[in-house]
Amino acid sequence: MRIRRIVAIARKEALQVVRDPRSLMIALLLPLMQMFLLGYGVNLDIKHIPLCVVDQERNQQSQDLLKRFAASRYFEIHEVAGTVARAGHLIDNGDCRLAVVVPLGFSRNLVDQAAATVQVLVDGTDSNTATIAAGYAASLIAGYSSDVQLEAIQRRGGQVQTLSPINVQARVWFNEDLESSYFIIPGVVALVMAIVGAQLTSLTIAREWERGTMELLVSTPVTPIELMLGKLCPYFLIGLFDAAICLALAVGWFGVPFRGTVVTLFATTSLFLLVVLCIGYYVSVTIRSQVGASQIALILTMLPTTLLSGFSFPIDQMPPAVQAVTYLVSARYYVTILKAVFLKGATVPELALPILFLAIYAAVLVTLAARSFRKTLD
Amino acid sequence: MDPARAPSIVVDGLSKRFGSFSALHDVSFNVERGEIMGFLGPNGAGKSTLIRVLCGLLRPSDGRATVAGIDVVEDPEAVRRRIGYMSQRFSLYNDLSVVENLRFFGGIYGVAGRPLDERIQFAVEMAGLKGRESDLVATLAGGWKQRLALGCAILHQPATLFLDEPTSGVDPSSRRRFWNLIHELSADGVSVLVSTHYMDEAEYCTRIALIADGRLIALGTPHDLKRRSIGGELLELACGDIGSALDLVVAVPGVRDAAVYGNALHLLVDDAEGVAATVCGWLAGHGLPGATVRRIAPSMEDMFVYLVRASRAPQPAGVAA
Repeated sequence: MRIRRIVAIARKEALQVVRDPRSLMIALLLPLMQMFLLGYGVNLDIKHIPLCVVDQERNQQSQDLLKRFAASRYFEIHEVAGTVARAGHLIDNGDCRLAVVVPLGFSRNLVDQAAATVQVLVDGTDSNTATIAAGYAASLIAGYSSDVQLEAIQRRGGQVQTLSPINVQARVWFNEDLESSYFIIPGVVALVMAIVGAQLTSLTIAREWERGTMELLVSTPVTPIELMLGKLCPYFLIGLFDAAICLALAVGWFGVPFRGTVVTLFATTSLFLLVVLCIGYYVSVTIRSQVGASQIALILTMLPTTLLSGFSFPIDQMPPAVQAVTYLVSARYYVTILKAVFLKGATVPELALPILFLAIYAAVLVTLAARSFRKTLD
Repeated sequence: MDPARAPSIVVDGLSKRFGSFSALHDVSFNVERGEIMGFLGPNGAGKSTLIRVLCGLLRPSDGRATVAGIDVVEDPEAVRRRIGYMSQRFSLYNDLSVVENLRFFGGIYGVAGRPLDERIQFAVEMAGLKGRESDLVATLAGGWKQRLALGCAILHQPATLFLDEPTSGVDPSSRRRFWNLIHELSADGVSVLVSTHYMDEAEYCTRIALIADGRLIALGTPHDLKRRSIGGELLELACGDIGSALDLVVAVPGVRDAAVYGNALHLLVDDAEGVAATVCGWLAGHGLPGATVRRIAPSMEDMFVYLVRASRAPQPAGVAA
């Protein structure tokens, strides 16, 4: 292996990237676009649920209840509907997800029977949102209900027991505000790195075949290992630069707390980068066409990272067979590492297991990529 | 054997099959040091395949070949270090400048420092690209690109050079200039194996190997081949109606073959003087008066047409040297 040859190839490759608008776009624009698109697009928090209210009672008490909905950050009153039929129409249209109907006689029932009914209509097409929205509505109404009860007891001059017998003091660790973006954004970083890394190298060998430069290159004494190392070098540096952009955006723009060390972060990122660069390189060697290689590299990185890395769907909720498959997804380890480094401030010893898996993965892929290229036209 | 005197290239019984298609069949020849060996043949005859096998880009199906004494199958990397190659398709980097391309191949071949600077200067001057060193290769015209490709191929001063149709698509004056460069290299002791389908270029070669349908059908100096392989003498016949004349002359005693060249016929005869004396009278007697005939030296094209025809005839003509 000759360092001089590796340097010659790395230099040439770097010059080509700088002069190729398509490569430059992948290197610089793609990570930025994806960070913003996915950072804002993927949001599991349910806030500002569009709501319509039907107030058939129209008195002080019904308005008190509905004001609570208006004040809540989980709901946003889209329309004060005149009739239940209108409310149903709004839900059918998809303008509202939830309708609250305060029936006629609400206040009288509350006084006479100490029990009144409020109807909540929920759009159940998205079962997850529906469950959460109905839950929010129920707890809001329950809160109002207990306030009413309290008032009634006080009016009668009764003693009020303010403390419930058992008091829950829940403390959330690592993501104190339960901001879903705190755990989504590190996953987005992993996704962007996977896509960009593989895209960068997916063009590199295919381009030489398409432009006819490969025939001359294979007639030279350059070895497959030298070719691979030379070609990966510039993309590795670009990848690290992209990682720096993504991480800066995660912390600076999306406000994700960063509790780990930069060294841990870049050491593990380098390992993951090596994996995805080799995936792209291997595809490029195999496919020999830039468009084909780029598409296959996209599928190979985006699909598993999105679905099976634990980025959007928790792995321990998956069926056992699918869970087993996730061990084959390199991004799984990187997502685990990133979340831990960002939110828990985890260090290398604590992350030994995922780092080990990632290292094994990298070793296998480097070998595979290095062996895939044959210096022959047969 | 004295390595300095050993042949640069030895090809022995080489065959290459792609599936059921036989691209090369039992080809044998040697190329001596400093020799320019021209490969002549129609498109698809197997010229590129042969060059690719010798550069270690394709594995032969049968037979063996050595370049600079090294077996191309056993140690292709050692072969690649000692050769220069220009592929049929232009294969330098269009998005790199003249000097960037040269530096790249310098790095690949392990030429560095002062020697590299000198070689780059030499290549730039040879290609006539002085003052355009930092131009992107994409902006160069055909002749310059081709000379630059040659410059890259000889940057590491290889003793053997493989050029696969280097002059296709290049204007005549650039072709001429290119062949002058090849002769200079040959004079310095570089062995050159060059393929072409331009008949006139064959005249510039030390020896010619004629390939058709994957077989070597003739081998020799241009002069020898023209004289020997054609197996007779050549007459040029001009007359008003070549079509009719072609049908008639083949019946003339002593005429072995006839073919149309431009607006005349070339007749292959055993005895030029005898036929020349009778053929015009024969044609006049058959309603084609006014024909003229003269003896000509066979051209490369005559030889080529004759040999390819002979090689495809059911009985092998046995003309290969």
